Amino acid sequence: MTSKIERRAGLLTAVCFAVAMGAMPAAAQEELRIGFIAPMTGPFAQVGKDMNDGLNMYMEEVNGNFGGTKVKIIVEDSQAKPDTAVTKAKKLILEDHVQMFIGGVLASEGYALAPVSTAEKTVYVSSIAAADDLTQRQLGNYPYFIRTGWTSSQPHQPLGQWACDQGYKKIIAVAADYAFGYEVVGGFQKVFEDCGGKIVQKIWPPLGTKDFGPYIPTFKSDADAVFSLMVGPMPLQFPKQVRASGWTKPIIGGGTSYDESVLPFMSDEAIGDVSALQYSAGLQTPRNEAFVKAYRAKYGKVPSYFSESNYTTAMMIDMVMKQTKGAWPGPEAFIAKMLTLKVDAPRGPVSFDDMRNPIQDIYIKKVEKTKMFGYDKDELWNVVIKTYPAVSQFWTYGKDAFLKQPVYSRDFPPCKNCE
Amino acid sequence: MSMARDRVKILIVVVALAAVALIVPHTTSFIILLATRALAFSILVMSLDLLLGFTGLASLGQAAYLGVGAYLTAILAARYQVGLGYDFWLVIVFGMLGAAALAALFGLLATRATGVYFLMITLALGQCVWGLAYRWNSLTGGDNGINLQHRPKFGIDLANPVTFFYVVFGFFAVSLLVLYVIVRSPFGRSLVGIREREPRMKILGYNTWLHKYIAFIIAGAFGGLSGVLWAHTAGIVSPENVVLTTSVDALLMAVLGGAGTLVGGVIGAGVVLFIREYLSTVVHWWQYVLGGVYVLVILYLPGGLMSIPGRVRQWRGAAEFGSRTELGGSSALRVGVVKQRE
Repeated sequence: MTSKIERRAGLLTAVCFAVAMGAMPAAAQEELRIGFIAPMTGPFAQVGKDMNDGLNMYMEEVNGNFGGTKVKIIVEDSQAKPDTAVTKAKKLILEDHVQMFIGGVLASEGYALAPVSTAEKTVYVSSIAAADDLTQRQLGNYPYFIRTGWTSSQPHQPLGQWACDQGYKKIIAVAADYAFGYEVVGGFQKVFEDCGGKIVQKIWPPLGTKDFGPYIPTFKSDADAVFSLMVGPMPLQFPKQVRASGWTKPIIGGGTSYDESVLPFMSDEAIGDVSALQYSAGLQTPRNEAFVKAYRAKYGKVPSYFSESNYTTAMMIDMVMKQTKGAWPGPEAFIAKMLTLKVDAPRGPVSFDDMRNPIQDIYIKKVEKTKMFGYDKDELWNVVIKTYPAVSQFWTYGKDAFLKQPVYSRDFPPCKNCE
Repeated sequence: MSMARDRVKILIVVVALAAVALIVPHTTSFIILLATRALAFSILVMSLDLLLGFTGLASLGQAAYLGVGAYLTAILAARYQVGLGYDFWLVIVFGMLGAAALAALFGLLATRATGVYFLMITLALGQCVWGLAYRWNSLTGGDNGINLQHRPKFGIDLANPVTFFYVVFGFFAVSLLVLYVIVRSPFGRSLVGIREREPRMKILGYNTWLHKYIAFIIAGAFGGLSGVLWAHTAGIVSPENVVLTTSVDALLMAVLGGAGTLVGGVIGAGVVLFIREYLSTVVHWWQYVLGGVYVLVILYLPGGLMSIPGRVRQWRGAAEFGSRTELGGSSALRVGVVKQRE
């Protein structure tokens, strides 16, 4: 019996020790601590790697040092689940005492993380998560939130104008069935229809669909073009299957349908397709050329907007920290200083509107097989065919008029030309 | 099975729970958060254990009831500001009743089947709820889910992590107690009888369908309770909470801890959440650990982690308690119980 008690006592000691280990206080804070939340496992792991690589590239360029202060980046895996993202954000705040956290991929992660920043009074910088309303109708709830990426509808409103300018009258929209898809299609449809075009059909395949066989035969044959919004594993199959079905009219798409996280894996059927985004690896500026070459030499692939956005985010934080000579200014002052930045990023010039979302150039880009930046092989590139300069999230509608309408959704704008 | 042995077991559980309640608040805020999550989720696991471990019905749709509780809480709080004061208790009741009502509906379909067919039907019904959560945008916010900006405040402020931990702990302890009383009652005994041999129970004159149906509804109600607490724990409710993997998680946790033990549920939930949410912040190969734990437990501890003490006793050849095995999910004991009833 004695031995049993001893055994149990031993176990208890072990448990107490384990608990004490977890309870050890964090090291004194002289460095800037930044949490980075991205999917490292699951279907979005590849995207998470691009995000991480972009951030790391900047950190290595500045030797892990912002304005004289050492920066510690703590990476956490969100598994692209809102619930897990919240837990990880809390871990970063409570355990690691970070001054800010960056990241989140899906719109749902953004919506989940923003309240954490409010509750814990910690800065949240959304580099990828594009949910429109975070910097629109709901911004008031999130005083410590700022976006360095984009809103879902931001590039697609100009694309709607561009499509109208091409003389397209009737377009079919095929988009992933979730908030991001609704907002992308909404922005495109609003501008396209205000210009006189008609969305004649909306098809919503579930997120993650890889076989579009059941949807393609329902395409209305009198349409002038198809607009697609594909995410994650979806883009690879769509152009291939649509072309195989004998569709010869144009295919245009949302940014993630053709961005560089999928483009190198696409087949030649994608050539000629047009999409819009705030970044293209094929953007021909010296700044971007240098960025693409350095990134490719380091990580063996072309940077996607996931990479660029996180690279630029790190650069923006560095710019603020240089202004303060490396001292953390506190969350309110940090946000205020971020908003005044004028950034020369690989994607082009970036500034902020008063709703804490970037104002940036939007590129209409066409998939072409060509040689770029002196690389000797023919490859698929997003060649920029038109630039809309300094586009805000409100397009040309003006902030007040824009915010009066509801957030883009499955039912807004209504599909009045659908049958 | 002597009363004395039972008392020792109950004493161990009570001491262990008291230790958790005393130690956890003195750890870091993150550990408190994880412990709260584990306790809230383990109510769902225990509710599933009532079906899986005691009635022998493996449900793959238990997340649906968590979903009802969680969405009800989130919708009431976000839209109508209900449930943020003393009416929190009302939401608890609504959550349990709502989930029980759904279980009463689903149970009509599911409890007609057994075995793999029961599994398939509960899976399908669970996915129906997921489909609603995902597609009924105007009500559920679709994929974005619903945020809860504040936790309830009524005399005590649940926004305080330690207070909230104690509240969840309280609900957990009461759930454990109530479920324990249920499984030890004549009703619970007949559930075990159904698990072991349903035709025999029928011949004895039991309405086995009704027993299963009631067990299904009770499990649903506790799933709803778990959902209400989960919504406030996580601060966000999204279709992720209702999706199949959440049901599978609950099932794996129940099996990992030890089906048919109730307490195994909290151990399973604790181990899985610890690996997934704590170990994953320490090492990037946490998935191998989680997979390894599952495989090892299934291979070497079919009775789950709760069967470890029994195993240890067996290995040591301690004959003092007799040669009968004392495994967590051991069916021999329960057959014995049924035979006594006969």
